[in-house]
Amino acid sequence: MTQPSSSPLLKTTLVWKLDDDVSTDVIYPGRYMATVLPSETPQYAFADLPELNKKLATGEFPRGSAFVAGKNFGCGSSREQAASTLKGYELAIVARGFARIFLQNAINLGLRTIVCPQIEASVGDALEIYEERVVNTTTGKTFPIEPLPKSRQAIIDAGGLIAYTRSRVVAENSPES
Amino acid sequence: MPMTVAEKILARASGRPAVSAGEVVEPRVDLAMSHENAALVINQFREIYAETGIEARVWDPSRIAIIFDHRVPAESAKTATNQKRIREFVALQGITKFHDIRADQGGICHQILPENGYVVPGAVVVGTDSHTTTHGAMGAFAFGIGATEMASVWALGAALNIEVPETIKVVVSGVLPEFVSPKDLILHLIGRLSAEGANYKVLEFHGDAIRNMPMSGRLVLSNMAVEAGATAGIVPADSETVRYLREVAGYKGELDLVQPDRDARYVQTVEVDASQLTYQIACPHTVDNVKTIDRVEGTKVDQIVIGSCTNGRADDLAVAASILRGRKIADGVRMLVFPASWRIYRESMKRGVIDDLINAGAIIMNPGCGCCLGVHQGALGDGETALSTTNRNFLGRMGNAKAQVYLCSPAVAAASALTGRISRPPKGVSKHDATFQFPAPENDACVEAG
Ligand code: SF4
Repeated sequence: MTQPSSSPLLKTTLVWKLDDDVSTDVIYPGRYMATVLPSETPQYAFADLPELNKKLATGEFPRGSAFVAGKNFGCGSSREQAASTLKGYELAIVARGFARIFLQNAINLGLRTIVCPQIEASVGDALEIYEERVVNTTTGKTFPIEPLPKSRQAIIDAGGLIAYTRSRVVAENSPES
Repeated sequence: MPMTVAEKILARASGRPAVSAGEVVEPRVDLAMSHENAALVINQFREIYAETGIEARVWDPSRIAIIFDHRVPAESAKTATNQKRIREFVALQGITKFHDIRADQGGICHQILPENGYVVPGAVVVGTDSHTTTHGAMGAFAFGIGATEMASVWALGAALNIEVPETIKVVVSGVLPEFVSPKDLILHLIGRLSAEGANYKVLEFHGDAIRNMPMSGRLVLSNMAVEAGATAGIVPADSETVRYLREVAGYKGELDLVQPDRDARYVQTVEVDASQLTYQIACPHTVDNVKTIDRVEGTKVDQIVIGSCTNGRADDLAVAASILRGRKIADGVRMLVFPASWRIYRESMKRGVIDDLINAGAIIMNPGCGCCLGVHQGALGDGETALSTTNRNFLGRMGNAKAQVYLCSPAVAAASALTGRISRPPKGVSKHDATFQFPAPENDACVEAG
């Protein structure tokens, strides 16, 4: 997985900005929680922000687009739909910080999350994301990334928590174990 | 090595002599709780086993609790179908701690677990609900996880890749003024720490105000620890924990009251003088937007809500009744009461508390999450304001992004119902006899349930 930091892991464009403390109630309102399958949740992303919901649903943002958020993104409920709904659009979320459960859910489901405490960018800016920094190529500024703990990286490297756990289950059930 | 409560619990559960903050461990799980979102857990659990040729069996069906509470009875065909699938899974796997939509066993998961003695001091508890922190009040290490992570726990019996968190020591001294409650204390604390002030950390509660606090109040503190971002909120176990487990929950097993070491390492110490506190209100749209009541007094409200896993307990209903007894709620105000469990509902009925509330004009709803998360009953109209004893006021939380939610204690909620505006409890009303403990379980069906 480790790539030379001279080539970006992702080249993307910032398409939407969000404030501090965006809660999971805003990302995925509670009234849609009976919808659970990752294939069905994307339609309700930011359902209470109709403009944003529509832009997502109509495919206005290309896959791999970036959202930039403030501190404590994903605070509140443990509902995993908040991660799967964004994963459905293959967004990259660059935030000054994430709430614990949301970040873990994102990692488990393979939603790309980048912890970048000092990020400054405006809608339309081009971003290059490297392993340890985000470069805003529009403004020419560079911002450091807080690396994920190794334990979490292992889940990402396995392709998500389901695959990670599956390999453990298989190992535990193999005759040699 | 000196350890905090969280470190001690995680060390034991990981089979290590000692751990310290920052280490990565894989603790064995003592109890894994889900509610209706078990529907997604089941889906992810089956995915894990897909194409492995291995039969999908949970690691220990006696350690899984599933409680229907978020949408009871089902508000839609979709929910009813999810609940049906969960029931089938429960039967298939032989899951024992299952609480269906029944008056002899139902309620909100964060009340059902303690009142049935499912959580003991020193346990590792995970739940697919962020307010799983509630169970830290029993001296356990309890935290919220997502559905896929729960599927992994069901398969392996352990929580994977848990970083031992740092601990903030909260020391609360003094006596709370009359009607100022644990809710005011925790709102004050969240205002001070901010919504992310305890991210990835544990709050460990100490001080004489905590030692003198009944379990009903401790559950409020631990419940809302997550609103400061905390992974867990732990009240080290003591005689009150034992009393609650023996007398209320009917727990008969041995107990290990895990205590922090005297020289345990804390990243921060926060001190609160309870006697200096007044009523606190969390204003829209974040829980840490906390103001003392003088700054929002008189704000007009349309709906009062008393209930939830935070303040739907017997003491909370009794405090409200002591304020409303013989009075009427204001014209134009709706007051909804959701007891946190059927057991609480029945006890409150026997005490006359429910009658007092009904006579005042309150509607008593069936125990469960009710309107707390905006999916089931008690919706707000555009531009309306709710004053609620629940724990979250995020934009859209009660189902309408054009409405506002303020959070407060049961006493302030009841007082405000009388005036239709955010108000302090009236003078001349005494809290005397408002606080009561559950009687010991006699032949109470819900204690045996599951
Ligand atoms: S009462 Fe509200 S906060 Fe508590 S578990 Fe139910 S929905 Fe969550």
